[in-house]
Amino acid sequence: MFDNPHFVKFLFGRLTWESFPFHEPILVATFVVVAAGGLALLGAVTYFRLWGYLWREWFTTVDHKRIGIMYMVLGVVMLLRGFADAIMMRLQQAIAFNGSEGYLPAHHFDQIFTAHGVIMIFFVAMPMVTGLMNFVMPLQIGARDVSFPFLNNFSFWMTVGGAVLVMLSLFVGEFARTGWLAYPPLSNIGYSPDVGVDYYIWGLQVAGVGTTLSGINLICTIVKMRAPGMTMMKMPVFTWTALCTNVLIVASFPVLTAVLALLALDRYVGTDFFTNDFGGNPMMYVNLIWIWGHPEVYILILPAFGIFSEVVSTFAGKRLFGYTSMVYATVVITILSYLVWLHHFFTMGSGASVNSFFGITTMIISIPTGAKMFNWLFTMYRGRIRFELPMMWTLAFMLTFVIGGMTGVLLAVPPADFVLHNSLFLVAHFHNVIIGGVVFGLFAGIAYWFPKAFGFRLDPFWGKLSFWFWVVGFYFAFMPLYVLGLMGVTRRLRVFDDPSLQIWFVIAAFGAVLIALGIACFLIQIVVSIRNREALRDVTGDPWNGRTLEWATSSPPPAYNFAFTPVVHDNDAWWDMKRRGYRRPLTGFRPIHMPRNTGAGIVLAGLATVLGFGLIWYIWWLAAVSFAGLLAVAIGHTFNYRRDYDIPAEDVARVEQARTRQLAAGA
Amino acid sequence: MSVIAVSTAAPGNDAAPVFHLEHEHEHPESASTMLGFWIYLMSDCLIFAILFATFGVLGGNYAAGPGPKDLFDLNLVALNTTMLLLSSITYGFAVLSMQQSRTSATLIWLAVTGLFGIGFVGVELHEFAHMIHEGATPQRSAFLSSFFALVGTHGLHVTCGLVWMTTLMVQVGMHGLVEANRRRLMCLSMFWHFLDVVWIGVFTFVYLMGMLR
Repeated sequence: MFDNPHFVKFLFGRLTWESFPFHEPILVATFVVVAAGGLALLGAVTYFRLWGYLWREWFTTVDHKRIGIMYMVLGVVMLLRGFADAIMMRLQQAIAFNGSEGYLPAHHFDQIFTAHGVIMIFFVAMPMVTGLMNFVMPLQIGARDVSFPFLNNFSFWMTVGGAVLVMLSLFVGEFARTGWLAYPPLSNIGYSPDVGVDYYIWGLQVAGVGTTLSGINLICTIVKMRAPGMTMMKMPVFTWTALCTNVLIVASFPVLTAVLALLALDRYVGTDFFTNDFGGNPMMYVNLIWIWGHPEVYILILPAFGIFSEVVSTFAGKRLFGYTSMVYATVVITILSYLVWLHHFFTMGSGASVNSFFGITTMIISIPTGAKMFNWLFTMYRGRIRFELPMMWTLAFMLTFVIGGMTGVLLAVPPADFVLHNSLFLVAHFHNVIIGGVVFGLFAGIAYWFPKAFGFRLDPFWGKLSFWFWVVGFYFAFMPLYVLGLMGVTRRLRVFDDPSLQIWFVIAAFGAVLIALGIACFLIQIVVSIRNREALRDVTGDPWNGRTLEWATSSPPPAYNFAFTPVVHDNDAWWDMKRRGYRRPLTGFRPIHMPRNTGAGIVLAGLATVLGFGLIWYIWWLAAVSFAGLLAVAIGHTFNYRRDYDIPAEDVARVEQARTRQLAAGA
Repeated sequence: MSVIAVSTAAPGNDAAPVFHLEHEHEHPESASTMLGFWIYLMSDCLIFAILFATFGVLGGNYAAGPGPKDLFDLNLVALNTTMLLLSSITYGFAVLSMQQSRTSATLIWLAVTGLFGIGFVGVELHEFAHMIHEGATPQRSAFLSSFFALVGTHGLHVTCGLVWMTTLMVQVGMHGLVEANRRRLMCLSMFWHFLDVVWIGVFTFVYLMGMLR
């Protein structure tokens, strides 16, 4: 039966033995390491009989806190993959001089820079930002969960599904060699006939569904589920930035979905949207993808701004300076982010008037951003600043981001952009704002809210070591790229002719090694903190003397977050409660209405991932079966009308008494 | 945000401020569903906006192939438009019956709506088959690619609406007009009317203005 080539083709599509990269030693070694690590992990989970626990308590959970933590775990795991790509590129570019070809063949190098961009944006920054919003925001607004708890679980697993597809491309077939936005005509079937771009398309489509739904979910949560008394202008700034970010998600990810669907049609059906002939227009793709792509960078940075706002006011011990202007600045950035997309391709040739418009709107964004910067400075002014880890990240951000912002305004000048377009100057600029803004913000957020999530603080020594390696490493890794870019070196080059450039690449590679040490210290920090958790224990629920509602409950918070829904009178609700001598209620607990766990989310996302795999490899029967399964499970899930339960009052009382004892012991 | 009267003692006031709710009012199940569904519809609207924009840019690129005047049969499109508009009215009757708690009337009106929907998709498929038979395939030109993408996406939405409607009819049959089913019927109602609005855009922008092109 297997001798029949038609049958084999039916069964496996275009998947053959040649699709597995046995001939590439780097990939085989990676596979061995990943497989060994994976098997060890699976073995450990089996040995300690954790499958049932993981399934019941984590995989099927609808608790926003646990989903948030799972998002963070996904982000950290994918950070290791994305960073492995980065350091491989740095090494290649540092040695590929004087006739050396380096150690990476061209088709591998091209996959690496594509995968690096895709993974870092979609599967590191996005999950971490979404994870923090998921964990923190409902606590900040005094809610028990998000508006649609099942949808939240489903969204998370769809993000995982996309990540699985992208990771799979490492060992089964290959990834796109097009750059992270897969511009046609290069990404069309004629120039990229392999599975790489299809992995890209379906990985992002699967994850994109999750992101869009999670955006809808979090908007509804913020609009509908705030504690009584919390008017819009009394919301914590992180919640405000979460609202704006989710508005951006809902208003931009459908554009990505649509444009990738059109690219998929071009590749699978042979339509002529982005082709060179039959009336197609590749620049249409570039416009559409940046209409998603520019808001996307604000999706990442706005929550980081929110984190810095919380951290600055907490660690300066002062109310945030200029709350109202902070909110308006966030909203203005949200709106402006839709009016600048063309600055990514001034060289398209749309003419002086169009380029001027987009250049000016781009420069205008620096005004609200600058207002935020001054608000943080004035919050610190005359504050009693505690230089804890989150505050250190915030200060590093303020210095670094201003540099990135200024090079951004420089790039916004169309004539300058004609010189710097596609150069390493651009690469340096966006790493400057994404690392200096988003990544520093995420580390600040992790250090700040970790005790809330797990009940103990992160070890400060390893955290500070990680901080210094990261910050110094960042400057070593990216300042040379500014220099190289100004000298005219373009991005995505694999080998170089001019030997005088090498020293800059060597410095950049050194910086990447420092960042690697920073990541290692971060991981060690987590391990050390878990081992020393009793010494680092937070019994108060309020380790930093915080100001917002998430610090009003225990660390980690109970499943229901708040035994009684809080009532808000002030911007800094918890600060206000502490100041006015609020006493925690000790009696009178009532049953609490909560959503029930469900396995439907992980099953649906699993089927969507299989569907993606079938489409990527042209295994049509698999695609058809998994699509039918997807429909059946989705419809079947709607027949489940019992989606909630009540936590009995006695259980609430027991949990709250334990907290009372803990508070008394800590006092 | 829940609409509850809260005795908010102003800061500085001597009256002890209320910092938590002793008694919680009953949370209606999925109080945010309507808002959430509205936002979902707006995100879907953006997908259509992109497809309209693509048609706007590429819709004149016939690549020496057939254009709208060669392909569109306005009588057929008028029939289709009528069916879809009527289905919106009949869905409205279904919702009215639902509000009067008349289960079987609701089901009958849903069935009528579904039949109009099936008719619409059937006529559209007939139109597509005819065009492809004539050689006006999606691969022929960017105009046809964007035409099939826009009109096809709308048709796909109507098909999804039909699957949903069937599921809901079974569920209303099983559980009656319970709160959850009413909520779902309202969501589908919004979805169905939304598709109607999008179709008016398609009818005007693609068919009528196409004939003027």
